[in-house]
Amino acid sequence: MSEEFKVEIVNPEKSFLSKENVTEVVVPAFEGEMGILKDHISIISFLKPGIIKVYSKSEENKYFVEDGILEFKDNNLSILTSSIYSMTDLNRNKIDQILKEAEKESSVDNIDDQKKYLTDQKIEVLKNLNLN
Amino acid sequence: MASLDDLKKRISSVKSTQKITKAMKMVAAAKLRRAQENAEKGRPYSEKMNNIILNLSSGISDKENAPKLLAGTGEEKTHLCVVMTSDRGLCGGFNTNIIKKAKQYFQKILKENKILKIITVGSKGYDQLKRQYKDNIIEKISFKDSKNINYFDADKVGKIIIDRFEKKEFDVCAIFYNQFKNVITQIPQEQQIIPLKSNEEKETDSNTSYEFEPEEDEILSNLLPKNISTQIFKAMLENSASEQGSRMSAMDNATRNAGEMVDKLTIQYNRSRQAAITKELIEIISGAESL
Repeated sequence: MSEEFKVEIVNPEKSFLSKENVTEVVVPAFEGEMGILKDHISIISFLKPGIIKVYSKSEENKYFVEDGILEFKDNNLSILTSSIYSMTDLNRNKIDQILKEAEKESSVDNIDDQKKYLTDQKIEVLKNLNLN
Repeated sequence: MASLDDLKKRISSVKSTQKITKAMKMVAAAKLRRAQENAEKGRPYSEKMNNIILNLSSGISDKENAPKLLAGTGEEKTHLCVVMTSDRGLCGGFNTNIIKKAKQYFQKILKENKILKIITVGSKGYDQLKRQYKDNIIEKISFKDSKNINYFDADKVGKIIIDRFEKKEFDVCAIFYNQFKNVITQIPQEQQIIPLKSNEEKETDSNTSYEFEPEEDEILSNLLPKNISTQIFKAMLENSASEQGSRMSAMDNATRNAGEMVDKLTIQYNRSRQAAITKELIEIISGAESL
Protein backbone atom coordinates (compact mmCIF):
# COMPACT_ATOMS: atom_id res chain seq x y z
CA MET A 1 0.00 0.00 0.00
CA SER A 2 1.31 3.35 -0.87
CA GLU A 3 2.16 5.75 1.85
CA GLU A 4 1.44 8.80 -0.21
CA PHE A 5 -1.26 11.42 0.06
CA LYS A 6 -2.17 14.68 -1.55
CA VAL A 7 -1.30 18.13 -0.36
CA GLU A 8 -2.56 21.43 -1.64
CA ILE A 9 -1.42 24.83 -0.52
CA VAL A 10 -3.49 27.78 -1.66
CA ASN A 11 -3.14 31.46 -1.08
CA PRO A 12 -5.71 34.05 -2.10
CA GLU A 13 -4.02 34.78 -5.40
CA LYS A 14 -3.50 31.27 -6.63
CA SER A 15 -3.00 27.64 -5.90
CA PHE A 16 0.52 27.76 -4.56
CA LEU A 17 1.38 24.11 -4.55
CA SER A 18 -0.39 20.91 -5.41
CA LYS A 19 1.30 17.60 -5.01
CA GLU A 20 0.00 14.05 -5.16
CA ASN A 21 2.92 12.02 -3.91
CA VAL A 22 3.70 13.34 -0.47
CA THR A 23 4.76 11.02 2.30
CA GLU A 24 4.91 13.40 5.20
CA VAL A 25 4.15 17.03 5.94
CA VAL A 26 5.36 18.80 9.04
CA VAL A 27 3.42 21.93 9.87
CA PRO A 28 3.83 24.54 12.59
CA ALA A 29 0.40 24.05 14.17
CA PHE A 30 -0.90 26.39 16.79
CA GLU A 31 0.05 24.20 19.69
CA GLY A 32 3.35 22.93 18.39
CA GLU A 33 4.84 21.25 15.39
CA MET A 34 2.76 18.49 13.96
CA GLY A 35 3.73 15.80 11.50
CA ILE A 36 1.03 14.47 9.25
CA LEU A 37 1.25 11.04 7.65
CA LYS A 38 -1.23 9.16 5.54
CA ASP A 39 -4.53 8.25 7.22
CA HIS A 40 -4.20 10.88 9.88
CA ILE A 41 -7.47 11.62 11.64
CA SER A 42 -9.50 14.49 10.16
CA ILE A 43 -8.27 17.66 11.70
CA ILE A 44 -8.66 21.40 11.43
CA SER A 45 -6.02 23.58 12.97
CA PHE A 46 -4.37 26.95 12.85
CA LEU A 47 -0.86 27.56 11.79
CA LYS A 48 1.52 29.85 13.54
CA PRO A 49 4.49 31.41 11.78
CA GLY A 50 7.03 28.77 10.95
CA ILE A 51 8.31 26.31 8.41
CA ILE A 52 6.21 23.82 6.50
CA LYS A 53 8.21 20.82 5.41
CA VAL A 54 6.85 18.71 2.62
CA TYR A 55 8.51 15.33 2.16
CA SER A 56 8.07 13.06 -0.78
CA LYS A 57 10.11 10.00 -1.66
CA SER A 58 12.52 11.89 -3.83
CA GLU A 59 12.69 15.34 -2.39
CA GLU A 60 12.06 17.64 0.52
CA ASN A 61 10.68 21.16 0.21
CA LYS A 62 10.46 23.86 2.81
CA TYR A 63 8.16 26.84 2.94
CA PHE A 64 7.89 29.71 5.33
CA VAL A 65 4.34 30.70 6.34
CA GLU A 66 3.15 33.56 8.45
CA ASP A 67 -0.31 32.29 9.21
CA GLY A 68 -2.92 29.94 7.87
CA ILE A 69 -5.41 27.19 8.46
CA LEU A 70 -5.01 23.56 7.74
CA GLU A 71 -7.61 20.96 7.00
CA PHE A 72 -6.90 17.27 6.66
CA LYS A 73 -9.64 15.00 5.46
CA ASP A 74 -9.75 11.76 3.49
CA ASN A 75 -6.04 11.94 2.81
CA ASN A 76 -6.33 15.41 1.39
CA LEU A 77 -4.36 18.07 3.14
CA SER A 78 -5.37 21.62 2.36
CA ILE A 79 -3.46 24.53 3.73
CA LEU A 80 -4.90 28.00 3.34
CA THR A 81 -2.53 30.82 3.97
CA SER A 82 -2.30 34.46 3.08
CA SER A 83 1.47 34.66 3.00
CA ILE A 84 3.79 31.88 2.06
CA TYR A 85 7.32 31.87 0.66
CA SER A 86 9.31 29.02 -0.71
CA MET A 87 12.59 28.72 1.14
CA THR A 88 14.49 28.68 -2.13
CA ASP A 89 13.02 32.08 -3.01
CA LEU A 90 13.91 33.64 0.30
CA ASN A 91 17.13 35.52 0.51
CA ARG A 92 18.71 37.61 3.21
CA ASN A 93 17.14 40.86 2.11
CA LYS A 94 13.66 39.45 2.03
CA ILE A 95 14.06 37.86 5.42
CA ASP A 96 15.38 41.06 6.90
CA GLN A 97 12.47 42.95 5.45
CA ILE A 98 9.86 40.64 6.95
CA LEU A 99 11.77 40.62 10.20
CA LYS A 100 11.79 44.38 10.38
CA GLU A 101 8.06 44.56 9.78
CA ALA A 102 7.42 41.97 12.45
CA GLU A 103 9.59 43.78 14.96
CA LYS A 104 7.77 47.01 14.28
CA GLU A 105 4.45 45.26 14.77
CA SER A 106 5.55 43.68 18.00
CA SER A 107 6.77 46.95 19.49
CA VAL A 108 3.34 48.59 19.23
CA ASP A 109 1.96 49.27 22.70
CA ASN A 110 -1.65 48.23 22.45
CA ILE A 111 -1.05 44.87 20.83
CA ASP A 112 -3.15 42.03 22.23
CA ASP A 113 -1.58 39.01 23.82
CA GLN A 114 -2.28 36.51 21.12
CA LYS A 115 -0.98 38.74 18.39
CA LYS A 116 2.09 39.52 20.41
CA TYR A 117 2.70 35.84 20.87
CA LEU A 118 2.36 35.20 17.17
CA THR A 119 4.62 38.02 16.05
CA ASP A 120 7.23 37.08 18.61
CA GLN A 121 7.07 33.59 17.26
CA LYS A 122 7.56 34.93 13.78
CA ILE A 123 10.59 36.92 14.84
CA GLU A 124 12.11 33.92 16.52
CA VAL A 125 11.61 31.72 13.47
CA LEU A 126 13.06 34.34 11.21
CA LYS A 127 16.05 34.85 13.39
CA ASN A 128 16.75 31.15 13.36
CA LEU A 129 16.50 31.19 9.62
CA ASN A 130 19.26 33.69 9.47
CA LEU A 131 21.59 31.27 11.14
CA ASN A 132 21.26 28.63 8.45
CA MET B 1 -28.19 69.69 -45.65
CA ALA B 2 -24.65 69.59 -44.35
CA SER B 3 -22.00 70.98 -46.64
CA LEU B 4 -19.30 68.78 -48.11
CA ASP B 5 -16.72 70.16 -45.76
CA ASP B 6 -18.85 69.43 -42.71
CA LEU B 7 -19.38 65.87 -43.85
CA LYS B 8 -15.68 65.38 -44.37
CA LYS B 9 -14.97 66.62 -40.88
CA ARG B 10 -17.56 64.34 -39.39
CA ILE B 11 -16.19 61.32 -41.18
CA SER B 12 -12.70 61.94 -39.92
CA SER B 13 -13.97 62.55 -36.39
CA VAL B 14 -15.90 59.29 -36.36
CA LYS B 15 -12.87 57.51 -37.72
CA SER B 16 -10.66 58.74 -34.94
CA THR B 17 -13.26 57.74 -32.36
CA GLN B 18 -13.26 54.32 -33.92
CA LYS B 19 -9.50 54.15 -33.51
CA ILE B 20 -9.83 54.90 -29.83
CA THR B 21 -12.53 52.32 -29.21
CA LYS B 22 -10.55 49.77 -31.14
CA ALA B 23 -7.47 50.41 -29.04
CA MET B 24 -9.53 50.22 -25.85
CA LYS B 25 -10.94 46.92 -26.98
CA MET B 26 -7.46 45.52 -27.53
CA VAL B 27 -6.27 46.73 -24.15
CA ALA B 28 -9.34 45.29 -22.46
CA ALA B 29 -8.81 41.99 -24.21
CA ALA B 30 -5.24 41.78 -22.97
CA LYS B 31 -6.21 42.75 -19.46
CA LEU B 32 -9.15 40.39 -19.51
CA ARG B 33 -6.95 37.40 -20.01
CA ARG B 34 -4.92 38.24 -16.94
CA ALA B 35 -7.93 39.13 -14.87
CA GLN B 36 -9.71 35.96 -15.86
CA GLU B 37 -6.70 33.88 -14.93
CA ASN B 38 -6.52 35.60 -11.58
CA ALA B 39 -10.18 35.07 -10.93
CA GLU B 40 -9.91 31.40 -11.73
CA LYS B 41 -6.82 30.99 -9.61
CA GLY B 42 -8.48 32.74 -6.72
CA ARG B 43 -11.50 30.49 -6.68
CA PRO B 44 -10.01 27.47 -4.88
CA TYR B 45 -9.04 29.55 -1.86
CA SER B 46 -12.47 31.00 -1.26
CA GLU B 47 -14.14 27.67 -1.97
CA LYS B 48 -11.91 25.81 0.46
CA MET B 49 -12.41 28.50 3.05
CA ASN B 50 -16.15 28.22 2.70
CA ASN B 51 -15.98 24.46 2.98
CA ILE B 52 -13.97 24.54 6.16
CA ILE B 53 -16.33 27.02 7.72
CA LEU B 54 -19.32 24.93 6.73
CA ASN B 55 -17.76 21.86 8.25
CA LEU B 56 -16.91 23.78 11.36
CA SER B 57 -20.27 25.39 11.82
CA SER B 58 -22.14 22.15 11.38
CA GLY B 59 -19.90 20.65 14.02
CA ILE B 60 -20.60 23.34 16.54
CA SER B 61 -22.72 21.99 19.32
CA ASP B 62 -23.80 25.12 21.06
CA LYS B 63 -25.60 27.24 18.52
CA GLU B 64 -26.60 29.83 21.09
CA ASN B 65 -23.09 30.88 21.85
CA ALA B 66 -21.83 30.73 18.30
CA PRO B 67 -19.86 33.76 17.22
CA LYS B 68 -22.05 36.65 16.15
CA LEU B 69 -20.49 36.80 12.71
CA LEU B 70 -21.91 33.35 12.05
CA ALA B 71 -25.19 33.44 13.88
CA GLY B 72 -26.08 37.09 13.51
CA THR B 73 -27.11 39.54 16.18
CA GLY B 74 -30.56 38.08 16.43
CA GLU B 75 -32.05 41.11 14.76
CA GLU B 76 -32.48 42.19 11.19
CA LYS B 77 -32.97 45.86 11.69
CA THR B 78 -30.03 47.47 9.96
CA HIS B 79 -28.69 46.30 6.65
CA LEU B 80 -25.27 47.16 5.35
CA CYS B 81 -24.79 46.86 1.62
CA VAL B 82 -21.36 46.82 0.07
CA VAL B 83 -21.71 47.76 -3.56
CA MET B 84 -18.63 46.89 -5.55
CA THR B 85 -18.17 48.59 -8.88
CA SER B 86 -15.32 49.71 -11.10
CA ASP B 87 -13.33 52.92 -10.95
CA ARG B 88 -13.57 53.60 -14.64
CA GLY B 89 -16.43 53.97 -17.04
CA LEU B 90 -16.84 52.96 -20.67
CA CYS B 91 -17.56 49.38 -19.83
CA GLY B 92 -21.07 48.91 -21.09
CA GLY B 93 -23.71 47.86 -18.62
CA PHE B 94 -21.24 46.61 -16.06
CA ASN B 95 -21.80 49.20 -13.35
CA THR B 96 -25.43 49.78 -14.18
CA ASN B 97 -26.23 46.12 -13.75
CA ILE B 98 -24.75 46.00 -10.27
CA ILE B 99 -26.48 49.21 -9.29
CA LYS B 100 -29.79 47.94 -10.61
CA LYS B 101 -29.49 44.78 -8.57
CA ALA B 102 -28.49 46.75 -5.50
CA LYS B 103 -31.33 49.23 -5.89
CA GLN B 104 -33.87 46.43 -5.96
CA TYR B 105 -32.50 45.23 -2.66
CA PHE B 106 -32.47 48.75 -1.22
CA GLN B 107 -36.09 49.26 -2.11
CA LYS B 108 -37.09 46.00 -0.52
CA ILE B 109 -35.33 46.96 2.67
CA LEU B 110 -36.71 50.46 2.81
CA LYS B 111 -40.20 49.14 2.21
CA GLU B 112 -39.86 46.94 5.25
CA ASN B 113 -38.91 50.01 7.28
CA LYS B 114 -35.44 48.82 7.99
CA ILE B 115 -32.37 50.97 8.16
CA LEU B 116 -30.13 50.97 5.13
CA LYS B 117 -26.44 51.74 5.13
CA ILE B 118 -24.24 51.63 2.07
CA ILE B 119 -20.54 51.30 1.52
CA THR B 120 -19.42 51.79 -2.05
CA VAL B 121 -16.25 50.24 -3.34
CA GLY B 122 -15.14 51.81 -6.60
CA SER B 123 -15.95 55.36 -7.58
CA LYS B 124 -18.50 54.62 -10.29
CA GLY B 125 -20.89 53.09 -7.83
CA TYR B 126 -20.72 56.15 -5.67
CA ASP B 127 -21.37 58.40 -8.64
CA GLN B 128 -24.50 56.50 -9.55
CA LEU B 129 -25.86 56.13 -6.06
CA LYS B 130 -25.13 59.52 -4.56
CA ARG B 131 -28.10 61.22 -6.09
CA GLN B 132 -30.72 58.92 -4.70
CA TYR B 133 -29.12 57.47 -1.60
CA LYS B 134 -26.72 60.17 -0.47
CA ASP B 135 -27.77 59.97 3.18
CA ASN B 136 -27.40 56.21 3.28
CA ILE B 137 -23.83 56.06 2.08
CA ILE B 138 -21.61 55.87 5.12
CA GLU B 139 -18.32 55.27 3.41
CA LYS B 140 -16.81 55.21 -0.02
CA ILE B 141 -13.71 53.28 -0.82
CA SER B 142 -11.74 53.37 -4.01
CA PHE B 143 -8.61 51.55 -5.05
CA LYS B 144 -7.77 53.76 -7.98
CA ASP B 145 -4.13 53.88 -6.99
CA SER B 146 -3.39 50.20 -6.71
CA LYS B 147 -2.65 48.73 -10.09
CA ASN B 148 -3.45 45.14 -9.37
CA ILE B 149 -6.04 43.69 -7.15
CA ASN B 150 -4.39 42.37 -4.08
CA TYR B 151 -5.49 40.67 -0.95
CA PHE B 152 -4.24 43.56 1.12
CA ASP B 153 -6.91 45.88 -0.28
CA ALA B 154 -9.62 43.32 0.26
CA ASP B 155 -8.46 42.88 3.81
CA LYS B 156 -8.84 46.62 4.39
CA VAL B 157 -12.45 46.52 3.29
CA GLY B 158 -13.01 43.44 5.41
CA LYS B 159 -11.59 45.16 8.48
CA ILE B 160 -13.80 48.19 7.96
CA ILE B 161 -16.84 45.94 7.81
CA ILE B 162 -15.87 43.99 10.89
CA ASP B 163 -15.05 47.14 12.81
CA ARG B 164 -18.48 48.49 12.12
CA PHE B 165 -20.08 45.19 12.97
CA GLU B 166 -18.37 45.10 16.33
CA LYS B 167 -19.59 48.60 17.03
CA LYS B 168 -23.07 47.17 16.39
CA GLU B 169 -23.70 49.49 13.48
CA PHE B 170 -25.55 46.88 11.46
CA ASP B 171 -27.06 43.40 11.69
CA VAL B 172 -26.95 42.05 8.17
CA CYS B 173 -24.33 42.61 5.53
CA ALA B 174 -24.58 41.84 1.84
CA ILE B 175 -22.15 42.44 -0.97
CA PHE B 176 -22.98 43.17 -4.58
CA TYR B 177 -20.68 42.34 -7.44
CA ASN B 178 -20.64 40.90 -10.94
CA GLN B 179 -19.76 37.28 -11.31
CA PHE B 180 -17.73 36.54 -14.39
CA LYS B 181 -19.24 33.83 -16.51
CA ASN B 182 -17.79 34.60 -19.90
CA VAL B 183 -16.92 37.64 -21.96
CA ILE B 184 -20.51 38.35 -22.92
CA THR B 185 -22.26 37.31 -19.75
CA GLN B 186 -21.67 38.70 -16.32
CA ILE B 187 -24.17 37.96 -13.65
CA PRO B 188 -24.83 40.54 -10.96
CA GLN B 189 -24.67 38.81 -7.62
CA GLU B 190 -26.03 39.51 -4.19
CA GLN B 191 -24.27 37.64 -1.44
CA GLN B 192 -24.97 37.82 2.23
CA ILE B 193 -21.81 37.58 4.30
CA ILE B 194 -23.00 38.47 7.78
CA PRO B 195 -24.55 36.38 9.22
CA LEU B 196 -23.09 33.68 7.08
CA LYS B 197 -25.63 31.87 4.97
CA SER B 198 -24.75 28.30 4.32
CA ASN B 199 -26.05 26.41 1.35
CA GLU B 200 -28.37 23.89 2.91
CA GLU B 201 -27.64 21.36 0.21
CA LYS B 202 -24.10 20.80 1.30
CA GLU B 203 -24.89 19.14 4.60
CA THR B 204 -24.24 15.66 3.27
CA ASP B 205 -20.49 15.48 3.61
CA SER B 206 -20.33 17.07 7.01
CA ASN B 207 -20.63 13.90 9.05
CA THR B 208 -16.89 13.42 9.33
CA SER B 209 -15.88 14.36 12.80
CA TYR B 210 -12.88 16.57 13.05
CA GLU B 211 -10.28 17.02 15.64
CA PHE B 212 -9.79 20.66 16.45
CA GLU B 213 -6.76 22.42 17.63
CA PRO B 214 -7.42 24.81 19.38
CA GLU B 215 -11.15 24.60 20.22
CA GLU B 216 -13.88 24.99 17.61
CA ASP B 217 -15.13 28.35 18.76
CA GLU B 218 -11.67 29.75 18.86
CA ILE B 219 -10.98 28.62 15.34
CA LEU B 220 -14.30 29.96 14.19
CA SER B 221 -13.87 33.35 15.75
CA ASN B 222 -10.53 33.66 14.03
CA LEU B 223 -11.68 32.26 10.76
CA LEU B 224 -14.84 34.24 10.23
CA PRO B 225 -13.20 37.65 9.89
CA LYS B 226 -10.75 36.11 7.49
CA ASN B 227 -13.57 34.64 5.51
CA ILE B 228 -15.12 38.05 5.06
CA SER B 229 -11.92 39.42 3.57
CA THR B 230 -11.71 36.34 1.40
CA GLN B 231 -15.22 36.77 0.09
CA ILE B 232 -14.53 40.43 -0.64
CA PHE B 233 -11.34 39.48 -2.40
CA LYS B 234 -13.20 36.94 -4.47
CA ALA B 235 -15.77 39.54 -5.38
CA MET B 236 -13.03 41.95 -6.39
CA LEU B 237 -11.40 39.37 -8.63
CA GLU B 238 -14.66 38.41 -10.27
CA ASN B 239 -15.49 42.05 -10.67
CA SER B 240 -12.27 42.93 -12.41
CA ALA B 241 -12.61 40.07 -14.86
CA SER B 242 -16.20 41.08 -15.50
CA GLU B 243 -15.23 44.70 -15.95
CA GLN B 244 -12.68 43.91 -18.62
CA GLY B 245 -15.00 41.48 -20.34
CA SER B 246 -17.81 43.94 -20.33
CA ARG B 247 -15.56 46.71 -21.59
CA MET B 248 -14.26 44.51 -24.33
CA SER B 249 -17.67 43.70 -25.71
CA ALA B 250 -18.84 47.29 -25.28
CA MET B 251 -15.85 48.60 -27.19
CA ASP B 252 -16.28 45.94 -29.84
CA ASN B 253 -19.84 47.15 -30.35
CA ALA B 254 -18.72 50.75 -30.43
CA THR B 255 -16.10 49.99 -33.05
CA ARG B 256 -18.66 48.23 -35.19
CA ASN B 257 -21.15 51.05 -34.84
CA ALA B 258 -18.52 53.59 -35.75
CA GLY B 259 -17.70 51.56 -38.87
CA GLU B 260 -21.37 51.56 -39.90
CA MET B 261 -21.57 55.26 -39.32
CA VAL B 262 -18.49 55.92 -41.44
CA ASP B 263 -20.03 53.91 -44.27
CA LYS B 264 -23.27 55.84 -44.07
CA LEU B 265 -21.55 59.18 -43.97
CA THR B 266 -19.30 58.27 -46.88
CA ILE B 267 -22.31 57.40 -49.04
CA GLN B 268 -23.96 60.64 -48.05
CA TYR B 269 -20.76 62.52 -48.86
CA ASN B 270 -20.43 60.93 -52.27
CA ARG B 271 -24.07 61.54 -53.11
CA SER B 272 -23.96 65.19 -52.25
CA ARG B 273 -20.70 65.62 -54.14
CA GLN B 274 -22.36 64.04 -57.18
CA ALA B 275 -25.40 66.28 -56.74
CA ALA B 276 -23.21 69.36 -56.60
CA ILE B 277 -21.45 68.39 -59.81
CA THR B 278 -24.74 67.70 -61.59
CA LYS B 279 -26.11 71.02 -60.44
CA GLU B 280 -23.07 72.85 -61.75
CA LEU B 281 -23.29 71.06 -65.11
CA ILE B 282 -26.95 71.98 -65.50
CA GLU B 283 -26.10 75.57 -64.72
CA ILE B 284 -23.35 75.65 -67.34
CA ILE B 285 -25.47 73.97 -70.00
CA SER B 286 -28.51 76.15 -69.43
CA GLY B 287 -26.20 79.17 -69.43
CA ALA B 288 -24.75 78.11 -72.80
CA GLU B 289 -28.18 77.46 -74.26
CA SER B 290 -29.48 80.89 -73.43
CA LEU B 291 -26.74 82.56 -75.44
